[in-house]
Amino acid sequence: MSYDVIVIGAGPAGMTAAALAAEAGASVLLLDDQPGAGGQIYRNIENAADSRGRYLGQEYMAGRPLLHRLRKSNIDYLTDATVWQVSDEREVGYSHEGSARLLRAPYVLLATGAMERPFPIKGWTLPGVMTAGAAQTLLKSSGLAADGAVFAGSGPLLYLVVHQYLRAGVKVAALVDTTAKANRKHALQHLPAALSRWDLLARGRRWMKDIQRSGTTMISGVMDLQVLGDDAAQGLAFQTGNGEWREIAGTHIFLHQGVVPNVNLSMSIGLDHAWHSRQLCWRPRIDDWGQGSVDGIVIAGDGAGIDGAVAAQASGEMAALDILYRLGKLSIGERDQRAAAPHRVLTRERRIRPFLDAWFRPAGQFRVPNDGSTTVCRCEELTLDDVRAPIGIGIAGPNQLKSYCRAGMGPCQGRFCGLTVQEIIAKETSRAVAKVGYFRLRPPIKPLCLEELANLQIDGSEE
Amino acid sequence: MFKCVNGDVEKAVILEFEGVDVPACTGDSVAAALLAAGVADFRQTPQSGRPRGPYCMMGVCFDCLMVIDGEPNRQACQVAARDGMKVARQRGLAVISPEGE
Repeated sequence: MSYDVIVIGAGPAGMTAAALAAEAGASVLLLDDQPGAGGQIYRNIENAADSRGRYLGQEYMAGRPLLHRLRKSNIDYLTDATVWQVSDEREVGYSHEGSARLLRAPYVLLATGAMERPFPIKGWTLPGVMTAGAAQTLLKSSGLAADGAVFAGSGPLLYLVVHQYLRAGVKVAALVDTTAKANRKHALQHLPAALSRWDLLARGRRWMKDIQRSGTTMISGVMDLQVLGDDAAQGLAFQTGNGEWREIAGTHIFLHQGVVPNVNLSMSIGLDHAWHSRQLCWRPRIDDWGQGSVDGIVIAGDGAGIDGAVAAQASGEMAALDILYRLGKLSIGERDQRAAAPHRVLTRERRIRPFLDAWFRPAGQFRVPNDGSTTVCRCEELTLDDVRAPIGIGIAGPNQLKSYCRAGMGPCQGRFCGLTVQEIIAKETSRAVAKVGYFRLRPPIKPLCLEELANLQIDGSEE
Repeated sequence: MFKCVNGDVEKAVILEFEGVDVPACTGDSVAAALLAAGVADFRQTPQSGRPRGPYCMMGVCFDCLMVIDGEPNRQACQVAARDGMKVARQRGLAVISPEGE
């Protein structure tokens, strides 16, 4: 069994790239860890009845043509497949139905998307506290919604999920908005460029108006948050702009302050990454076609930087076209001609980002908590004080910090503390975050049973 | 509590959560089925024994680790609910038993 391209992730970028490459005659294996295609944005699109479009909206239903294209294409597609390693020799290790396999291909396309930014506030580890994305996942995949939930944080997804809840006829107890008012003046300089996407701006305004009209309690300019409860969430306390603390009861608290590229796979390969100060995240260094710093490893979609689903589709197209050219299945002229349209889409979609990034930039106190007893590393249950202690004795960076306090060494492998930890180190040592760097990530990036490893099937090797 | 917004849905799958039958829809993850049944805490942490529930629902936070059909450390949000599946909270570190029980 051998393939020209192995695509990892069946969201908009991966679905598009896999289908396009196969249509042009490449042999493609698509690996995805979910039971169905769509990624997080079009999750469960295979079972999306029109009735769900009523509350999930047209942006969600836009995943259907992608799905139809994927279904018509001649690819090998494994659902429920967990990729735990990609080597710099483009060898992909994955588990599927209880057995593990290593498979090499000339091109490996990473389309692993985004995840939610850590939101370290007091009580964020209590049962009942979830991300707004998790609330949306439950709505998309199981039609589940929590009545009387409190949504808190900042960013388009937060308002979208509240809007979807209301459209589905579910009451929302409150929308507690932490967007810093000071962001506005920084965002304004990017407004002229953003106006080219007045349609998106208008849509956001409409969501906010609809939420207001619904009578949902909305509190803006919130300076601090704390989830209340001992063994489970009982409510949310928040500090308003004038310093006053207020409380709202609720057993479901949904937090959100933006998304960041899910870089655990790309970093574990050893690809070069750069700190993106506008989006406050690490992004793999890529060329215009998504080619990363290791030959044959290509990245498309939000895993390379947050630009949204439409852009992800376009970058998936461009990545596939370049791979096809390098496989000898397209001439350079054909590649460039066919790339003109997705390139235009990418340029258009990216125009609004500087404005959105500035407007919804998460405030400092929500990236590094003020209170030392706030949990920072969820897996190892380490507080800000726990993480600060070794910094005081002069550790060199995130990797040395691990050996002193185990931050980032639990099952999530730093996904929900890495950005916080590096910013704590930067703050404590008065260094730039980009200079501090990130945890050194190593495979396997997802847990793998020893039994699977012992029975590992290696394809294409002579041993 | 989570409830279904799609009206009457057929719950064709029954899993067993610590001795109690929990109905689920075909395609539900174990985590979704338990949340719909009102279960909030899915495990106790190895460090402090404090309760935890699902946080991300997309396989990246590892806070929904449970013992599913005897196998510990399974991500309840990533495993599809199946009829007759036995699910239990993971209390502390996973216990690895060499052969079956």
